Amino acid sequence: MKPATSGRSVYVRLVMACLRSQMQYRASFLMMAFGQFLVTGLEFAAIAALFYRFGSIHGWKIYQVAFLCGVVGSGYALAEGLCRGFDQFSAIIRRGDFDRLLLRPRSTVMQVAAFEVQLMRIGRFLQAAFVLAWALMHLHTEPCTLMVAAAMVIGTMCTFCGLFVLQATLTFFTVETPEIVNVVTYGGVETASFPLSIYPGWLRFTFTWLVPLASTAYLPARMIFRAGHATLPALFAPVFGLLFLMTSLLIWRMGERHYSSTGT
Amino acid sequence: MTSQIEVSNLAKSFRVAKRATGVMGAFGSLLKREYATRAALRDVSFTLNAGELVGYIGPNGAGKSTTVKILSGILVPDSGTVQALGMCPWKQRTQYVQRIGVVFGQRTQMWWDLPVIDSFCLLRDIYSVPEAQFRRRCGELTDQMNLGAFLNTPVRQLSLGERMRCDLAAALLHSPGVLFLDEPTIGLDAVSKLALRQLVKSLNVEHGVTVILTTHDMDDIEALCSRVIVIGDGEILSDGPLTELRHSIARERWLTIELEGNQLFSPPTNTTIMRREGNQVWLRYDPVITPTPLLISAIAATNNVRDLLVQEPPIEEIIAHIYQNGQP
Repeated sequence: MKPATSGRSVYVRLVMACLRSQMQYRASFLMMAFGQFLVTGLEFAAIAALFYRFGSIHGWKIYQVAFLCGVVGSGYALAEGLCRGFDQFSAIIRRGDFDRLLLRPRSTVMQVAAFEVQLMRIGRFLQAAFVLAWALMHLHTEPCTLMVAAAMVIGTMCTFCGLFVLQATLTFFTVETPEIVNVVTYGGVETASFPLSIYPGWLRFTFTWLVPLASTAYLPARMIFRAGHATLPALFAPVFGLLFLMTSLLIWRMGERHYSSTGT
Repeated sequence: MTSQIEVSNLAKSFRVAKRATGVMGAFGSLLKREYATRAALRDVSFTLNAGELVGYIGPNGAGKSTTVKILSGILVPDSGTVQALGMCPWKQRTQYVQRIGVVFGQRTQMWWDLPVIDSFCLLRDIYSVPEAQFRRRCGELTDQMNLGAFLNTPVRQLSLGERMRCDLAAALLHSPGVLFLDEPTIGLDAVSKLALRQLVKSLNVEHGVTVILTTHDMDDIEALCSRVIVIGDGEILSDGPLTELRHSIARERWLTIELEGNQLFSPPTNTTIMRREGNQVWLRYDPVITPTPLLISAIAATNNVRDLLVQEPPIEEIIAHIYQNGQP
């Protein structure tokens, strides 16, 4: 028996190769990362300005909303950085790169995930992390709250990864990614950055029951703020993000089977 | 000999969206699309033995790439079976691709922005090649294909010829027993083509690698393949040794006659003039009806001949004939 290199270490090496490729274009990377930092930073500054003028929204203070924004922003930046391959999947299919991945004795999920890891997303991540840290400093934070915050970021990341995977799965059937999916991803970031209670019922329903962004961001945050401290349900609510990702991967498998029997 | 790949009755058709013309049509197709079914493969069967070097040729759209994609586990056929290395390519994909190598002439397997050696190392990890074996294999291939000078060059800076050699090496790092080459010489200059052919030949002869080669370059076929499978419109038109293919249609011979000066020339019976340029005449004849020695002596008796040359028609002619008529 030959010593098999584990899938995880191949993933790490593929990601490192991807990063090395990007470091070939260092100036471009620095500018993109800085641009990301600036653009999303300005967006938050605009929100903060509104809060200084109007005080609160549905009983949520600026630091509480900043907490939400930080969690959702950093979760999204991580997902976009790590799962760009799924986001760009229609291009991968059209260029025939997916066929190349099928020629290798590794799972396609792992290969697509490692296909493009975008380091420049660190700009957005840092911005969101700053906002999150700023919020935590002003919100009587105890160590438990930090743990919940970490769980929320990871849960949100999983949810967005799941959305990217679903978007990619659609590509198996349509080749072109339907623009409609962006409504859920970009729209999801915007929506989940604010307390869900301000939205009409159907929107709340969508982001609670279809895409579990509520249980990875809004609901645990509300639990913490109502109780005044971290609670066990708040720590476990983000698990729905992970379940969502796992379901998406199952659907991906089905799509893949469909693809190989139709081809392009 | 043991059969290594058995293909029986493969069929595969694709659904192609019909595009309506005009702006209204484009809007219409957003709502309701009509599909047409196009058969890429109708009924393809063949058997390959271990150590064979087979040319798989056919005009554009004949089904070559579809066959290669099915045989390499990328596509699933509508019907038919494939037994390759004791496996079904699309059902046991990860196990199967571990033992085959594929080179697409149009596309690289390597990482565009990284040095060649980095790509090799990544492939080592992907295929779980043990370090010692990798180092030996990599050394062999580097020597054999003369890659030493640019192992540390990023792939995007390589010339096409250099890149093809690297791609071939990359496909061989895990020592596959079967190699699929899809138009490997496309776009290469004469020197690179010759070098690549020599490599493929030695792989086949010295290492016993089974090679399936698709190409449009008939020189590739003549230089490499002992057996040629011709496919047209999704069906196998001919399958056999190159010499047999030649004889099956081309009992025909070509005779080039160089005359002394610009004299009149009338063709002997049962021969046709293909072309005349100055004092050169190209004749076509069937050597069974008109034996070559008789023809030559007849021409020499009635004309002032400076030189004669008897040839078989070039392989392109034969292939074009098969493509057009569907039959050898």
